[in-house]
Amino acid sequence: MNTTWSRFNITSVTLGFAFLYLPIVLLVIFSFNESKLVTVWGGFSTKWYVSLFQNQALIDAAWVTIRVGLISATVATVLGTLAALALTRYTRFRGRVLFSGMVFAPLVMPEVITGLSLLLLFVAVGLDRGFFTLTLAHISFTMCFVAVVVQSRLVTFDRSLEEAAMDLGASPVATFFQVTLPVILPAIVSGWMLAFTLSLDDLVTSSFTSGPGATTLPMKIYSQVRLGVTPEINAACTILIAIVATGVIIASVVNKRREVQRLRDEQAALRG
Amino acid sequence: MAGATLSAPTATGAALAQAAPQQATSFTGKLVIIIPYVFLLVFFLVPFFIVFKISLSQTAIAMPPYTPALDFSGGISGIVGQLRELNFDNYLFLTEDPLYLNAYITSVIVAGISTLLTLLVGYPIAYGMSRAPATLRPTLLMLVILPFWTSFLIRVYAWIGILKPEGLLNQLLMSTGIISEPLIILNTYTAIFIGIVYSYLPFMVLPLYSALEKMDYSLVEAAQDLGCPPTTAFWKITFPMSLPGVLAGCLLVFIPAVGEFVIPDLLGGSQTLMIGRTLWNEFNANRDWPVSSAVAVLLLLVLIVPIVIFQHAQARAQEQGR
Repeated sequence: MNTTWSRFNITSVTLGFAFLYLPIVLLVIFSFNESKLVTVWGGFSTKWYVSLFQNQALIDAAWVTIRVGLISATVATVLGTLAALALTRYTRFRGRVLFSGMVFAPLVMPEVITGLSLLLLFVAVGLDRGFFTLTLAHISFTMCFVAVVVQSRLVTFDRSLEEAAMDLGASPVATFFQVTLPVILPAIVSGWMLAFTLSLDDLVTSSFTSGPGATTLPMKIYSQVRLGVTPEINAACTILIAIVATGVIIASVVNKRREVQRLRDEQAALRG
Repeated sequence: MAGATLSAPTATGAALAQAAPQQATSFTGKLVIIIPYVFLLVFFLVPFFIVFKISLSQTAIAMPPYTPALDFSGGISGIVGQLRELNFDNYLFLTEDPLYLNAYITSVIVAGISTLLTLLVGYPIAYGMSRAPATLRPTLLMLVILPFWTSFLIRVYAWIGILKPEGLLNQLLMSTGIISEPLIILNTYTAIFIGIVYSYLPFMVLPLYSALEKMDYSLVEAAQDLGCPPTTAFWKITFPMSLPGVLAGCLLVFIPAVGEFVIPDLLGGSQTLMIGRTLWNEFNANRDWPVSSAVAVLLLLVLIVPIVIFQHAQARAQEQGR
């Protein structure tokens, strides 16, 4: 029974994936549409990509988005990793319940609440809205996702490795950088990628916390979508999808290679 | 989150963390806790108190557009005086105008129905994946996660072209002769349901899959060997054992869906009423910050119970993983 994959199961998985992928595939197909009508096929054309690269406002927005993403993902990864360490390593400190609540609640918090509350904070302390506040906002909501990803790796981490290093005289800090960090690095890298894509995608929090001169790509796309569906937006979306898909596929292939290498090393070590 | 939030509003992160003698004894150990703790306090917890504070203040034509409430610069006597002047007008306003109450109720109902639909769509997928050959499972898992990495906005946008009256779905249905008049789906609640089910499906499938994959199927086989029909075996064994996954998946869909903005705005149109959009409009179009803060506070109150359940489930899963 364990090896047979029944027809019912194959059908439900196939239909499920069709549902997940068909809208995206259609969007990509119609970005190559000659006609301006998004839903009527008028022949193959790449003209929307050409006009996209002549749209300076869109390019500026993309540049802002990438810079915010790179900075916020990097800071969020450091903070999220620290939070994950605090949660898994220090099982008892005062206010731990509050701390874990503050790590988990943002994962499900509706974005309108996060966005509004951050904006009111920035106004209360007199920070001008713009690139800086945008980046701070992105750090604060993405670090929790990093914390959860890193934490799930730390939970299964073999602590005896660290104990061995410390028995041999390594300081806690040296132990972390030489023993713990290399082991949890794949989780940290996927945490960074998750933070980067979340930052890249974000619309609601960004709209609340950004100011003039710091318009991100989703904000730009959103304002154009409200005016109507155009093939140019399809083209912009297709490029974004291509970038993300390439990144994810490369990362998973690299991860798999590393995993295979690790298993091989372990077997070699066992054989002596 | 709720209880903790309310019980420790004034303590600073540093004081909390320094009083942790048990394990974090070294200076670097304390820093590991203090740095993210202070950051989360400042950028997650404190903003909520500011929202609450502003929800009690008056609207004013100024920048920022409200009169300050609870200004602590006047010392204790100043605070006492201000507490007397606090007003709950914004909350009264929300209860008086049926628009807001309707928006809250509609949001909860829409999110509830969407969550059930997502469960109905997601369960067979997760079940099918968990029964797939072991070599195929990592690939299937990645295929479920991949759409999650593509922009939420883009995935919602993709449905506009499909659902609109002259869109692809109507073209298909009319060319095959199933319908003669285009179906009006865009700008209705149906479109919101489709949007939520589609966008949140990975959040449902992943916890369901991890619960079902861990399950010991020899139990089902034993039941069937003893003459139990497959459907009964499913309801008596498989489904109860997947309940933690069902709970996690439903909360991951329900909570954000209640406050959802992008889906109701792009697919639901102006005729549908959901609280996330109401808050956004109150803030951006009407520029009424105190009222939108009150809307946010009440939305948070609606969601606090599911959020606490979610957090407990997360903490329990973490304990078990240890």
